[in-house]
Amino acid sequence: MIIANNITKRFGKLMALDNVSVKCNKGECIALIGPNGSGKTTFIKCILGMVVCDSGFITFNGKNILHDWKYRSLIGYMPQVGRYPENMTIGQVLEMMKDIRGGDEHILDDELVNKFGLDTLLHKRMRTLSGGTRQKVSASLAFLFNPDMLILDEPTAGLDPLSSEMLKEKIIAEKKRGKLVLISSHILSELDDLVTQVIYMQEGKVCFHKSIKDLRTDTGEEKLSKAIAHVILKAAH
Amino acid sequence: MKKIIKYVIIDILRNKIIVAYTLFLLVISLSIFNLEDNSSKGLLSLLNIILIIVPLVSMMFSAIYVYNSAEFLELLVSQPLKRKWIWLSLFTGLACSMGLAFFIGAGIPILLYEASPTGFMMLATGLLLSVIFVSIAMLAAVMTRDKAKGIGVTILLWLYFALIFDGLVLFILFQFADYPLEKMMVGVSALNPIDLGRILILLKLDVSALMGYTGAVFKNFFGTQAGLVLAFLVLILWIILPVWISVRRFGRKDL
Repeated sequence: MIIANNITKRFGKLMALDNVSVKCNKGECIALIGPNGSGKTTFIKCILGMVVCDSGFITFNGKNILHDWKYRSLIGYMPQVGRYPENMTIGQVLEMMKDIRGGDEHILDDELVNKFGLDTLLHKRMRTLSGGTRQKVSASLAFLFNPDMLILDEPTAGLDPLSSEMLKEKIIAEKKRGKLVLISSHILSELDDLVTQVIYMQEGKVCFHKSIKDLRTDTGEEKLSKAIAHVILKAAH
Repeated sequence: MKKIIKYVIIDILRNKIIVAYTLFLLVISLSIFNLEDNSSKGLLSLLNIILIIVPLVSMMFSAIYVYNSAEFLELLVSQPLKRKWIWLSLFTGLACSMGLAFFIGAGIPILLYEASPTGFMMLATGLLLSVIFVSIAMLAAVMTRDKAKGIGVTILLWLYFALIFDGLVLFILFQFADYPLEKMMVGVSALNPIDLGRILILLKLDVSALMGYTGAVFKNFFGTQAGLVLAFLVLILWIILPVWISVRRFGRKDL
């Protein structure tokens, strides 16, 4: 569904992405992991066209995304830090997004809005919200338009255990419906029962891209966190 | 695109500053027209205030607004919308609001007290100047990432257009007083929309004799139909060019 080909991006001297090539297919749930500053968010932003890469190209359903914008109607994006117009209320933000994305062609999926209890907070202004509630708004918006692909950048950071469990259930449900899910996260333990593939990035490069089964048989570890640690240690030697 | 313009305009109109600006213009223009017994003299006094204030407010407000809607732009860019339309919508929203503020604040008093060709000229240049400086401010805002730096740049640009440019022109005129520069001055005036606006209105007010021989050259050029059309084309170019460059810049910007 998404193919990235030799993506390179520089921010001044910093090489944020260095020849990244990745292929993601439908029905997969892919974990994007790596240390801080390894280029995960930059890669995600490249897919969304928020960052324009210096060289290389990305195709979505076989079409180059460079001068395309319609493909984004098939993506639900939950940013790491949700930034919204500060003096709008939650209700206005939801309405505006529905208005902009044209709700007619999509079947709206407001399961998360209701589960997170946002429907009782609709009159609250964005600037008064706590970090966790903002994350809930971001998550609800990502799932609202029933997109084919979900990109979640550190989805559970700042969410309370109950809400992050709800979000995980939702992710599993969407994966079962054949959607592509791309999650970047540092909390490996919670990815265990979610992901089918792992992309490990370091210093802007993709170190490996394996299915979780291969990773488990290669390392002999059952837990994702231990398997990753195993690979990193082996690479260090 | 219409939807984004709608949200931008709603957001701007909710802003108290734009209401204050409208009221300020309204109070100034009404008091000037009421102080002077001759409304065409009032127009002349209003001219100088408008040529200073309108560019300043249009530019500062637009620059600050663009920086403050960074979150909004980020949100929109990740949605299925064309970047070009996002930026043009923001421009249209700002231009409409600034134009509307000028029209209510200064345009209505002008139409009430001095609905003459001069009045209409003033209205047209005021509206054009509002939009021109929105467009210049948006270019400055897209080129500098840092908010403080960007606003500093817009203040400097305003100083340049409102004061420094005239100083430079005077300096050149005195230095090269021995040469016939009058014809060249017509071309130089196109480099500054404020000056161009001032000349257009002064010529209509028939005080061009005060500007000496240069005034006569201006009269010869801008007094004709073709010169007038050309002057307005230049003013429109001052809108299109910065917007076009900033659209291209925004299309490649990393958010």
